[in-house]
Amino acid sequence: MTETTTGLTAGTAAETKKFNIDTVENAAKTPDVELPWAELGLKQNEFDEVVKVLGRRPTGAELAMYSVMWSEHCSYKSSKNHLRQFGEKVTAEMKKDMLVGIGENAGVTNLGDGWAVTFKIESHNSPSFVEPYQGAATGIGGIVRDIISMGARPVAVMDPLRFGAIDHPDTARVMHGAVAGIGGYGNSLGLPNIGGEMVFDSVYQGNPLVNALAVGVMRHEDIRLANASGKGNKVVLFGARTGGDGIGGASVLASESFDDTKPSKRPAVQVGDPFAEKVLIECCLELFKGSLVEGIQDLGAAGISCATSELASNGDGGMQVELTSVLLRDPTLTPGEILMSESQERMMAVVTPENIAAFEAVMDKWAVEYSWLGEVTDTGRLIITWEGEVIVDVDPRTVAHDGPVYDRPYARPEWQDAVQADSFTGSVQDAGRPSAPAELAAAVTELVASPNMCSKAWITQQYDRYVGGNTAMAFPDDAGVVRVDEETGLGVALATDANGRYTYLDPYHGAQLALAEAYRNVATSGAVPMAVSDCLNFGSPEDPDVMWQLAEAIRGLSDACMVLGIPVTGGNVSLYNQTGTTPIHPSPVVAVLGKFDDVARRTPSGWKEDGQAIYLLGTTAAELDGSEWSNMRGHLGGLPPKVDLAAERALGEILINASRDGMVDAAHDLSEGGLAAALVESSLRYGVGARIALQDVLDRDGVDLFTALFSETQGRAIVSVPRSEEIRFTDMCTARGFAHARIGVVDAESGTLEITGVETMDLAALREAHEGTLPKYFG
Amino acid sequence: MTELPLIGEAVAVAAHGSDLRQLNGAKIGVVTFPGTLDDRDAVRAVRLAGATPVALWHADTTLGDVDAVVIPGGFSYGDYLRAGAISRFAPLMSKIIDAANSEARLPVLGICNGFQILTESHLLPGSMIKNDHLKFMCRDQVLRVENNTTDWTRDYAAGQEITVPLKNQDGQYIADEKTLDALEAEGRVVFRYVGFNPNGSRRDIAGISNAAGNVVGLMPHPEHAVEAGFGPEEGSGTEGLGFFTSVLNKIVGDNK
Repeated sequence: MTETTTGLTAGTAAETKKFNIDTVENAAKTPDVELPWAELGLKQNEFDEVVKVLGRRPTGAELAMYSVMWSEHCSYKSSKNHLRQFGEKVTAEMKKDMLVGIGENAGVTNLGDGWAVTFKIESHNSPSFVEPYQGAATGIGGIVRDIISMGARPVAVMDPLRFGAIDHPDTARVMHGAVAGIGGYGNSLGLPNIGGEMVFDSVYQGNPLVNALAVGVMRHEDIRLANASGKGNKVVLFGARTGGDGIGGASVLASESFDDTKPSKRPAVQVGDPFAEKVLIECCLELFKGSLVEGIQDLGAAGISCATSELASNGDGGMQVELTSVLLRDPTLTPGEILMSESQERMMAVVTPENIAAFEAVMDKWAVEYSWLGEVTDTGRLIITWEGEVIVDVDPRTVAHDGPVYDRPYARPEWQDAVQADSFTGSVQDAGRPSAPAELAAAVTELVASPNMCSKAWITQQYDRYVGGNTAMAFPDDAGVVRVDEETGLGVALATDANGRYTYLDPYHGAQLALAEAYRNVATSGAVPMAVSDCLNFGSPEDPDVMWQLAEAIRGLSDACMVLGIPVTGGNVSLYNQTGTTPIHPSPVVAVLGKFDDVARRTPSGWKEDGQAIYLLGTTAAELDGSEWSNMRGHLGGLPPKVDLAAERALGEILINASRDGMVDAAHDLSEGGLAAALVESSLRYGVGARIALQDVLDRDGVDLFTALFSETQGRAIVSVPRSEEIRFTDMCTARGFAHARIGVVDAESGTLEITGVETMDLAALREAHEGTLPKYFG
Repeated sequence: MTELPLIGEAVAVAAHGSDLRQLNGAKIGVVTFPGTLDDRDAVRAVRLAGATPVALWHADTTLGDVDAVVIPGGFSYGDYLRAGAISRFAPLMSKIIDAANSEARLPVLGICNGFQILTESHLLPGSMIKNDHLKFMCRDQVLRVENNTTDWTRDYAAGQEITVPLKNQDGQYIADEKTLDALEAEGRVVFRYVGFNPNGSRRDIAGISNAAGNVVGLMPHPEHAVEAGFGPEEGSGTEGLGFFTSVLNKIVGDNK
């Protein structure tokens, strides 16, 4: 923490007069001054563009702003050309419930009854590798502030996590830190953690993926946007003070200063203060309730640079800001550092003069610090001064929106064909495929104990899932479900999914499979899928192979959204996830949000009632390439399971109707680990066993028992149906022409999972295997 | 708190088989500190029990006319010093301490961080330290009601086992042996963990009371077990509601 090097002196601007301030006037007079643009991450052509836009060289402060705002992270310069498809491939029908689309802090979807929901998923990958606790914690903090910025009360979080090999010595460091950070921050905010993912794969060893999702709800009239409008309205910065944390490459800015006493090394990872964030949440909600802010923006990546330029750019005029008014934790910060600092728990708002007193009263009530920085103007310029001297004079659009856009070259990798030709079936790793009853039972047990399929309870029991009192479903069910309206039971369901192996084998279809699984999970819970947010985690866009993966994934995802009829409302792109020249598996994490008219009818993933019929919905093909089974055997090749979006839609409708009409008591989607994993999970959910016979399925689909159990064919689910509902349920499936097979019954007495052809498995032993893995590695 | 959602009346009536609306006159205060998290849940629990919740702010200097007070869970002041150590100095806390010790014996319930605040305030003995396994833990926890004569447990049977959520980082109850012996001897151990001690608490103690039985503190969360489908999956899911109906019956009984 910076405080340790500087002391906790509350800095004020007056103390900071030691800088040789590079004013706009100075910049115009000294065109040939060497600027550290390369160290700040700008390319020659980008720096030239800045000079062209300004008609002179940038000042140090302007350079700081452009360098962060034109970074890949903030400008989406490599992905923008492709991301357009999310906005283009939408129908009027898909737009009908979209109240705020892509481009704002988070998209907003209409829930009906005057309610709206906003959700977004983001990455905090690199910080979480460098400093897992703070990286993961501030990932939660950042996404939650995005949700508050929309005017919503955050109501839940989720955390999809991807780590290196489970037995690698460094994995425990990242795992312990990230989980404790997510828990430490999220638990302190009073937000239930309702689900997520956990994947171990050596491709993530040097690039763990720590993604965070937050969801919030609001009344329609409370929706807030990030824009600064109305000449004379005041600009205020509130929340935590600005410190030296989270400044990337800031050391080069030392050229701005004559003072050698300032801390020489700034941590690039932000440090979180969840208590400050919790207070900020309540404080903002009180501001919204009193209609005390005209526009609001959280401070995340690029800090004040981003907030001022985006607010001004989205507004109708300009903005004038006095930078010495910023309250500092560290009085030695230079103007450039103040502009770039990513100190957490800060917000910027636009307030009318009439509301200043009321605004200040709310701040005082919650003991939140604030400072008035300036005001909205009609000049069309963003002017930032330092003790009255102009150090930034830019068109805010050129900073926030008109950054460089690249058409990066991309091409299908030369190795792709060879990978796709290398099917698991018949491979060396496929030798000795289990077939005898004892072998199959051992295989099932090994599967559910494997790193990716084992119980995630070790993680989730470190998260508060109860706070708020509206959690209707959470881990380990298929989707997290939160009630929005206590009177009517109106609520939302959320699921996130990705499969890096599938996407590596075929980026176009792999991304679609991620969407299909999240969609299926939401439908399995009984909710109607409505909207999508995606976090696209990829390697370097400068590698044509990776760029092709990214382009294909976006094309696949946007095409599939059209077919499923649900729009992307926002998301995030995380590039350069690679170690040396080795990229991670392309990992588009897709979050789907669904709606419940009443969460009371949610469908859990486990069965309880003795004698209920168990049905398998959908047909099974021999699709083991990219599967968990092949992964356990160390093989990755071939083609991922086929995508059939029409089947996903049909299955979804059946599951939603079944929930609505009370035809099923349990439903669980089939995905990684196939039917074997689903049967074990549904049995272990409430510790209630089942007797299963798959002969009809084997005959119908032409597969053997092993394939039926371990294949990862999509568009499938298992359900348990009360006897009284069986006819109605099967009639519905028949009427819709959807394959369904009665594969067994719930057996509450036996304490076993019995599958014909597989040695009977004791639930207690399965549970021990399933739940023992994470404690074994992580204590 | 002005705009509380009007929920729960019907649920409360259904749960208790009698028309509780007559009890709406009973006012139960719920205190919010900066960093309090479960205040909305406590408000809901009070309402579901049939009473009228009253929002209290830590900086308030009066308790108004509340008949009982709940100090809910959370991380007041971030727990950055020691859980509850700063909150005990809030202006409202001195009022609560006085009222709890007064002849009228105001019923006070501290849940989780609220329990920590009560020990820091010396309304209850002992203290909480970090869980013995050093991690935050969230689980459905079985408790045994060891004393059903306090203001907050009179609706339970002695020895009754209830399941409520538990979620904390600093939940390990400790006190010196003499204090523990005295608590046991005086029947002031109100709840004990059953089956699994989730944090290393001495003698499996989950909750205690003061000598008069009007002040009760516990680490688990009864306010998260008041509505079926939104609480523990074991049992009825509403086994925490008895805390709130207990105090309500006590208030109504006193007013008779």
